Amino acid sequence: MGWFHKSKEIAAKPESPKKEDIWIQCPSCKAHIYKEEWEKNLKVCDRCHFHERLTWKERVDILMDEGSFVELNTKVSWNDPLKFSDSKGPYADKAVENCEKTGMKESVATGTGKIKGIKAAIAVMDFRFMGGSLASGTGEKILQTAMYAVKHKLPYIIISASGGARMHEGIVSLMQMPKTCAALAQLREANLPYISIMTDPTTGGVSASYAMVGDIHIAEPRSLIGFAGRRVIEETIKQKLPDDFQTAEYLVDHGFVDMIVHRKDMKDMLFKILKYAGCR
Amino acid sequence: MSLDFEKEVAEIESRIEEFKSKNPEPTGTLVKELNRLETERADKLKEIYAGLTPWQTVQVARHPERPLIRDFISGICSEFIELHGDRLFGDDRGMIGGFAMIDKHRVMVIGHQKGKDLDEKIKCNFGQACPEGYRKALRLMKLAEKFHMPVVTFIDTPGAFPGRDAEERGQAEAIARNLLEMAALKTPIVALVTGEGGSGGAIGIGVGDVVLMLSNSVYSVISPEGCASILWRDGTKAAEAANALKITAKSLLQLKIIDEIIPEPVGGAHRDYAGTMKATKKTLLKHLESLEKISARKLTARRFDKFAAMGRFK
Repeated sequence: MGWFHKSKEIAAKPESPKKEDIWIQCPSCKAHIYKEEWEKNLKVCDRCHFHERLTWKERVDILMDEGSFVELNTKVSWNDPLKFSDSKGPYADKAVENCEKTGMKESVATGTGKIKGIKAAIAVMDFRFMGGSLASGTGEKILQTAMYAVKHKLPYIIISASGGARMHEGIVSLMQMPKTCAALAQLREANLPYISIMTDPTTGGVSASYAMVGDIHIAEPRSLIGFAGRRVIEETIKQKLPDDFQTAEYLVDHGFVDMIVHRKDMKDMLFKILKYAGCR
Repeated sequence: MSLDFEKEVAEIESRIEEFKSKNPEPTGTLVKELNRLETERADKLKEIYAGLTPWQTVQVARHPERPLIRDFISGICSEFIELHGDRLFGDDRGMIGGFAMIDKHRVMVIGHQKGKDLDEKIKCNFGQACPEGYRKALRLMKLAEKFHMPVVTFIDTPGAFPGRDAEERGQAEAIARNLLEMAALKTPIVALVTGEGGSGGAIGIGVGDVVLMLSNSVYSVISPEGCASILWRDGTKAAEAANALKITAKSLLQLKIIDEIIPEPVGGAHRDYAGTMKATKKTLLKHLESLEKISARKLTARRFDKFAAMGRFK
């Protein structure tokens, strides 16, 4: 129980910068930034280092060598195993809406590409698709990509951005946690590197499965990373939590993240790590 | 304690009690009348339990008198040697485990402990395990692998503990680690949901070659109350959420998430411990015997295929 409470809070966090013509206001420090600067800085505030959430395509553009990305598992899409409906109507309607909004079929895009010439398999979650929630299609794509990496002896990189397991697919969503971890066990058996990149947010069933079993854990600055939601914890222990609770920095302090890497340095760092891991 | 929907049974029961106190030693037609009342009670109970809604099933799964892991251990195992601690931080009383004998089978028993009385419940955190609980579980599983004995897990938790300390010590990492290690464990794993299969807290010890559920247990990605408060914006819509989430053993069998349902005695496990233990032991033995024949290599391959197939619909 518990972690899903977070997704609502996450959604209420700073949204995209207010779109004005030339200027953008940082959702975090409220500084006005020249829009061109903002884009050039990869949607990071150069004053407070707030990292805006990115689409999967933006992430691929930042990390992979130009033209090297080949998308895999494009046929895998969302499912509705429970024929789920809530007070707002059928899940199927919501899923279709999310597909139209994002051009995706599920909350993750997968493929292969090169990082400064080193070929890697990659899965990139996209928070826009139902809060990046983990459901059957997500788990299947992450598994298929891991198996592709095993077959072709590639390192695997997963970029997480998720509020946790998707309630609308119920127990089937929960089973994506052991499913994805079973795939990563195969990767480990094959002695292939797995780098987990945690971005804002990485919580619930995603943090409690593939995001937390990397050989290397990298987080973007100030990302929210944790298991249960802040409100649930506060209600449980009847205490206020510190402001920096469950931030990337807090996780480094407690030993669960290796390093925090600024978006502009991410590609260089991945390249270096892959080199140390013996990839070419 | 009787549940809301058992009112009619409770009424018959109070009539029986009244009858018995008026007729301490019934004879002739009075015996017949008592038998008639007993039959009426049994029929009513059967009728109610045959038509439990998912939300009613949740009430049964959480029943305060429902058998807990220690009841299962003493009812099924001829010996239990409890082992303590994760060797890293402490000993979580909300997750217990140790060596046990089920007939001639040496097994490692691991599971959530909710606690019976308030004192014990507090010590066990009401069955909400902490990272050290999951790490103790993993330590014992690795030990079972080393000693070539199967692992049997008993799942009964509202969920992993959502606390500040638990977060700081890596609740997410502890569960994630177990999922990965269980997938690769070179010894048989039988997982049994006895009461509440609460989300990540349940699956953290739930990656089994065989996954079983008692007929009135539930297994869900989120509690019905939690789901209702998020998707219905109203925590009182838990019954609706319980329906939508498909959390009963029957639904999970249909979805091919579990392998078999262990039928509970009429009126639920809390009404008949002996009957529950008998049915559970029989089913566990059947699976232990067949799993022990499979080589470790084949076992892990099968386990991978089993979980990889979950959620493939097209």
